[in-house]
Amino acid sequence: MLDARDIELLAQVSDGLPLCPRPYAQIGMAIGMDEAEIISRLTLLKNQGLIKRLGVIVKHRPLGYRANAMIVWNVPDGLIKQLGRHISRFSFVTLCYQRPKLPIWPYNLYCMIHGKDRATVLAQLAQLDNACGLANFERQILFSRRCFKQRGAVYQAQQTQETANG
Amino acid sequence: MDDIDRHIINTLQTGFPICDAPYRQVAESLSINETELLTRLQALLADGTLTRFGPLYNAEQMGGALTLAAVKVPTERFDKVTDIINAFPEVAHNYARNHKLNMWFVLATETSEQQRQTINTIEGQTGLTVYNMPKLKEYFVNLKLEA
Repeated sequence: MLDARDIELLAQVSDGLPLCPRPYAQIGMAIGMDEAEIISRLTLLKNQGLIKRLGVIVKHRPLGYRANAMIVWNVPDGLIKQLGRHISRFSFVTLCYQRPKLPIWPYNLYCMIHGKDRATVLAQLAQLDNACGLANFERQILFSRRCFKQRGAVYQAQQTQETANG
Repeated sequence: MDDIDRHIINTLQTGFPICDAPYRQVAESLSINETELLTRLQALLADGTLTRFGPLYNAEQMGGALTLAAVKVPTERFDKVTDIINAFPEVAHNYARNHKLNMWFVLATETSEQQRQTINTIEGQTGLTVYNMPKLKEYFVNLKLEA
């Protein structure tokens, strides 16, 4: 799906878009592609979903989002899809995944909530419980105590990496 | 940060146009001029409010592998283990959390084979079991933090 030119283009934009009136033309100058080709390739990569989103990636803490909780539930397999879809519709939910249960960790539905403080996050969780009928499932709330590392996406011609937002 | 900055952040979290003069288009929708938008974005990046301005990739579609993993670290070894784990370039995020499984990190590798190797190496260097919880399904969220 990705050809050599796409890879070159992705490597060039991975650190960020230039801040100038014709950013795509400037990217093109660096890799010998004209502006129209950059625009058509990026549009295609976006439509194919390889680029999930183009825009700003914020740091949570400077915006006042000091509390981040990972909430995990043990829900029946038959309900997980419906619950996952319901949970992910709430604007304060920043990530929602199904993961495998482990003997030490019997949880299969995960979501992240970023809030201004812990009380806000807990109030939002109560809202989820009510709206999605989650109150009776076994769960854990893991607030983050410290963030040791949060780096952005890395994409180089020989390397493919991405990070989810923490 | 003032209301115009907040407006810029909220608007640009939902997307950025792919066209000849994208900043001009965004600036018009915000009722400011292009130069002001560029200057403000520069400042928000410089002061660390924004991590980055650009694309967010889908690692799996690119052929890469991502997973969430956790370890149970004895309190007295916490700093040491943090240093060991953070030293791996494959570790993208790492958080201390309030549970017996008290360290949670995201591993981003090019292949699932490298993911397995990285986990083995971390286990070898820390002497701790790494619990691997790869995602089975992602439910789409419209990631946006109101500034």
